[in-house]
Amino acid sequence: MKIAVCLKRVPDTETRIKIGADGRSIDEDGVKFILNPYDEYAVEQALQLKDSAGTGEVTAISLGSSASQETIRTALAMGVDRGILLETDALPLDPVPIGKALAAELGSGDYDLIFFGKVAIDDYSHAVGTIVSELLGIPSVSAVGRLEIADGKGTAEREIEGGVEVVEFSLPAVLTAEKGLNEPRYPALRGIMMAKKKPLEIKPVELEEGGLSVVELSVPPARPAGRIVGEGADAVPALVEALRTEAKVI
Amino acid sequence: MSNVLAVLEQRAGALKQVSHEVLTAARALADALGGSVDALVIGSTGVDATGLGAYGADRVTLVEDEELSLYQPDVFNEVVTAQVRAGDYAAIILAATAMGKDLAPRVAARLDCPLAVDVTAIDGSGGITVTRPAYSGKAIYTAEVTATPCVISVRPNAFTPSENAREAAVETRPAPRPDLRTRTVRVNEPAGERLDVAEASIVVSGGRGLKGPENFKLVEDLADAFGNAAVGASRAVVDAGWRPHADQVGQTGKTVSPQLYIAVGISGAIQHLAGMRTSKVIVAINKDKDSPIFKVADYGVVGDLFEIVPRLTEEIRKVRGG
Ligand SMILES: Cc1cc2nc3c(=O)[nH]c(=O)nc-3n(C[C@H](O)[C@H](O)[C@H](O)COP(=O)(O)OP(=O)(O)OC[C@H]3O[C@@H](n4cnc5c(N)ncnc54)[C@H](O)[C@@H]3O)c2cc1C
Ligand SMILES: Nc1ncnc2c1ncn2[C@@H]1O[C@H](COP(=O)(O)O)[C@@H](O)[C@H]1O
Repeated sequence: MKIAVCLKRVPDTETRIKIGADGRSIDEDGVKFILNPYDEYAVEQALQLKDSAGTGEVTAISLGSSASQETIRTALAMGVDRGILLETDALPLDPVPIGKALAAELGSGDYDLIFFGKVAIDDYSHAVGTIVSELLGIPSVSAVGRLEIADGKGTAEREIEGGVEVVEFSLPAVLTAEKGLNEPRYPALRGIMMAKKKPLEIKPVELEEGGLSVVELSVPPARPAGRIVGEGADAVPALVEALRTEAKVI
Repeated sequence: MSNVLAVLEQRAGALKQVSHEVLTAARALADALGGSVDALVIGSTGVDATGLGAYGADRVTLVEDEELSLYQPDVFNEVVTAQVRAGDYAAIILAATAMGKDLAPRVAARLDCPLAVDVTAIDGSGGITVTRPAYSGKAIYTAEVTATPCVISVRPNAFTPSENAREAAVETRPAPRPDLRTRTVRVNEPAGERLDVAEASIVVSGGRGLKGPENFKLVEDLADAFGNAAVGASRAVVDAGWRPHADQVGQTGKTVSPQLYIAVGISGAIQHLAGMRTSKVIVAINKDKDSPIFKVADYGVVGDLFEIVPRLTEEIRKVRGG
């Protein structure tokens, strides 16, 4: 089983976002970067499938700056066999060129399965994996919360509003991982040592610009200071009154 | 290139509420660009598309097939892209629902056109400019669309439906039957008919302050008192197995923007706020007056939720009853 996992380097969820001097991107100074949390589920799933097949190889691919090597090393430490960095300085906001660059690499890899995270927690596009599947002309299921693979076929479940969709597909396929798909492992010390020796290939790539030009990145206006209506159950009538006459939501 | 295609969503023959939001966004953009709005509804036979004119559709196309009671990505993609290729569209607008989040990238990839997701505002006064949150809602992009057509998914509850009556002509067409690479075989619906947190206009969420799963009855009763409210949860209680993951609000759960969000016994961790900070009105009920949830709440009540929530339920019943 040949499996690929696509990884993105993103700011830690706890990070306070400051806008950079250009007014169009974040100020990365002092920001801690991590492997996108949803991509951890993707890595874990790939490793479990390889383990249960008993043979195979898992390749991690990231498109980004040189610093994304660190992100790939995290996956190598978890147990991924090798990494590929598609090196580029800046990523566009439009996810389509990102999908194209990844598809160009993935298309020649002869993978049985390609895993992505459901969404990257920086740009929140929720799109790259599905775009890649379309470009490669192979099946895909997005936001997969449960997965079974057997005999070249798969069944996936994805949450929709008020239910769970059950989807069947054949391999090769693209799957994007939802939280809860599995429990991602932590890299063990041995894994971290071994990761340093695993192959990590670096390939420069040129990205298309895409069709979204960022005019501004801004911090949303702080919510106007609210007020404490009161303490305990006695405050309830005042709350209901405020919701009716001031906020007009009931 | 000035028309707008609104791709609408239906379930079991009935249009979803969010479809009116999509039409409202499409109408406003088409007016700014000087074009018309085509509404597209894909589903099994018997979908009720009357009334779309009221929200601003100039034309309605129903693409039907009895096999299409469920979302089939390959069919939907083919229908939408064929219509775009045959028309003169500046934008394709759909809702950023589970279906829309899956369909939008497929359409954008096949048409090789830009994709803007989870958009909260669209300005068509000088070209097309979109506003969309990023970084868990901690920052907002304003971006100009530099190539058309473009695919835009709009965040549920971000556009208030407004009526804008037209005489809409309705045309019905059979659906194509491409090979299904990805086949949706069924939808398992949980028992109980409660709205999903991402769709409801009122969400009552509970956190660890409820002490145990059995006490979620208090939250459910309050939601019921409002009539049409959804029940949400913090990750702490989802991880503890008290509530299903489908209910989780936050960075690794759902993003919601209801009219009213009530946080009961939730501390307001940054990852929870990521999922609900764009709610119109936020109410917090928490015994700790220093908990961060009060920093984003419009109205707060400090105290024991076990006393406050039942009283609130009672008062809401009174208000709605009379
Ligand atoms: C990568 C990552 C992703 C995450 N994603 C999410 C996410 O999507 N959604 C999410 O919610 N969290 C998420 N979290 C977890 C988040 O950091 C918090 O741990 C979680 O939100 C806490 O849940 P809580 O508010 O229910 O519990 P607590 O923080 O324990 O808060 C309980 C609150 O209840 C109050 N309380 C207790 N008893 C009473 C009473 N009798 N009456 C009134 N108030 C009472 C307390 O004062 C307290 O404020 C994520 C964390 C990480 C690291
Ligand atoms: N620059 C990138 N390099 C590698 N994978 C990426 C990149 N951007 C997005 N992805 C993958 O696509 C998923 C969804 O990202 P997005 O569509 O940007 O929300 C992520 O979880 C990653 O698996």
